[in-house]
Amino acid sequence: MSLNIDLIASWVQEKSNVLDLGCGDGELLKTLKQIRAVTGYGIEIDADNITSCIIKGINVIEQDLDEGLNNFAAQSFDTVIMAQALQAVHHPHLLLEEMLRIGKECIITFPNFGHWRVRHYLVRKGRMPVSKFMPYQWYDTPNIHFCTFKDFEALCFRKNIHILNRTVADRNNIPRQWMKLNPNLLGDIAIYRVTR
Amino acid sequence: MSAVDSPTSVGIVEPKKITFEQPLRLVCGQTLHSHTLVYETYGQLNPAKSNAVLICHALSSNHHAAGFHSIDDKKPGWWENYIGPGKPIDTNKFYVVCPNNIGGCDGSSGPNSLNPKTGKIYGPDFPLVTVKDWVASQALLAEALGITYWAAVIGGSLGGMQAMQWSLDFPDKVRHCVTIASAAKLTAQNIAFNEIARQAITSDPYFYAGRYQDHNTTPKQGLALARMVGHITYLSDDAMREKFGRDLRADEFNYGFDVEFQVESYLRYQGNTFSDSFDANTYLLMTKALDYFDIAKDFDNDLVSAFSHAKCDYLVLSFSSDWRFAPERSKEIADALIIAKKNVSYAEIVASQGHDAFLISIPRYSDIFRAYMNRIDCDLLSAPPAAATAPATATAVADISN
Repeated sequence: MSLNIDLIASWVQEKSNVLDLGCGDGELLKTLKQIRAVTGYGIEIDADNITSCIIKGINVIEQDLDEGLNNFAAQSFDTVIMAQALQAVHHPHLLLEEMLRIGKECIITFPNFGHWRVRHYLVRKGRMPVSKFMPYQWYDTPNIHFCTFKDFEALCFRKNIHILNRTVADRNNIPRQWMKLNPNLLGDIAIYRVTR
Repeated sequence: MSAVDSPTSVGIVEPKKITFEQPLRLVCGQTLHSHTLVYETYGQLNPAKSNAVLICHALSSNHHAAGFHSIDDKKPGWWENYIGPGKPIDTNKFYVVCPNNIGGCDGSSGPNSLNPKTGKIYGPDFPLVTVKDWVASQALLAEALGITYWAAVIGGSLGGMQAMQWSLDFPDKVRHCVTIASAAKLTAQNIAFNEIARQAITSDPYFYAGRYQDHNTTPKQGLALARMVGHITYLSDDAMREKFGRDLRADEFNYGFDVEFQVESYLRYQGNTFSDSFDANTYLLMTKALDYFDIAKDFDNDLVSAFSHAKCDYLVLSFSSDWRFAPERSKEIADALIIAKKNVSYAEIVASQGHDAFLISIPRYSDIFRAYMNRIDCDLLSAPPAAATAPATATAVADISN
């Protein structure tokens, strides 16, 4: 799953301190290091991804997000990023709280389950959507907490989370102007920048 | 082709010796007026002198980390799996230095050296040395070899403690610190195991308060017992079950107290081989050095404050089945380094071999280790990258306001 790195980079300050939860192969942090001179760490559990990060010279910590982030001090990072991992954690709401405790700002991206294609699949077939984009069967998927753009908004409202920016993008992570008409129906990926 | 000729081995190596005539004041308050270090080196120091790597050994190992001492040598150095041409610590790229620490029994000054005051061997009178003292002595060696800084200081277990100590005692002389299966200090359980080992040695009737050489004997049984206890703690329950299970040497029980289970036979063999080659006073000293080590002690017991003095980058590795130096102890190190805002990477390698895993060839361990060392090598070759200041060309943000 590609990321809109340019968009995320535009929300990250020069020379800031970044924590990337579920950092994958370290590509985002590597780019942010190059174009924003950031410092920071990636958190990852996949062995191959961890080695890839080390090859790239990215600080990476092997840690399971589901076991919490107690080891990180409050407000110790300028930005905490979690790209395309919210739907895969056991307690998204608690993790979101933790992100806001640790970071002054948080950037979160997740697949929007309210997208028309998902709805269409469910209506037409009456089964959980499986696609190239989301290739897993319901019983064997890392994505255990799908939500929609509206669901996330509601959670932010309930938790008094302040939304600085929100956007939706297509499957290639390109935000389209026409998606503004009905983001919950037209956006594949939701991208949020939030703070407390 | 024998192992000696293998293209991935450093081949035949010869230990070197150096004697420092200047006094070395030890943490315990005593002074060694002169001391000798025996060490090995592999690879070549480059003209810029930027590729030197220090290997710090653990409890019972020594300066012989890689290669063979002769054509007929059955066993290579203790870290042959990781040091050599094309190996993670690639001797085609790095100049590798591995000394035997003072207090040791393999050629460096220790209990078996002559005490200049008495003209007799030190025996139990050799001062208690600490990790800090080893680092100070290794720094003298670096100076003598013309090494102004280490590209990396690397060690497993007690060796990892030395690597961390280097990063605090000589922050300007260490670029990278690799600490494997180690801890910032020992736990009570860990000290307890060391105490059993020491009691086994000192209660041997042939120990003679450490002056066994005067009686032309050694506390062989005690040292073997100490090693047997240690050995169990270096393996995991699973590793022992896998290796021995309940296998018997004979077909049936003998209903006696002689060796019956394979694991008993193995432990006795390990204990006896060890006590034939290792010195009991050295074993006592080394276990005490482990017990005393507490990297945060000089910093109000605050690990973060300790590491805030470091200037190097860190790689911290642990092994899932290691209960003597559990992953949690390594994670503590990594967490403190994060709070101290140091560059650190941490991985817990899934391995069944227990603490001994750090010596064994394990694919994921090897991959990460190699990746990190290659990174160090790349950093050596390239000048430090100029800070990129060009602003990112952000695509138009379709900001949706409700």
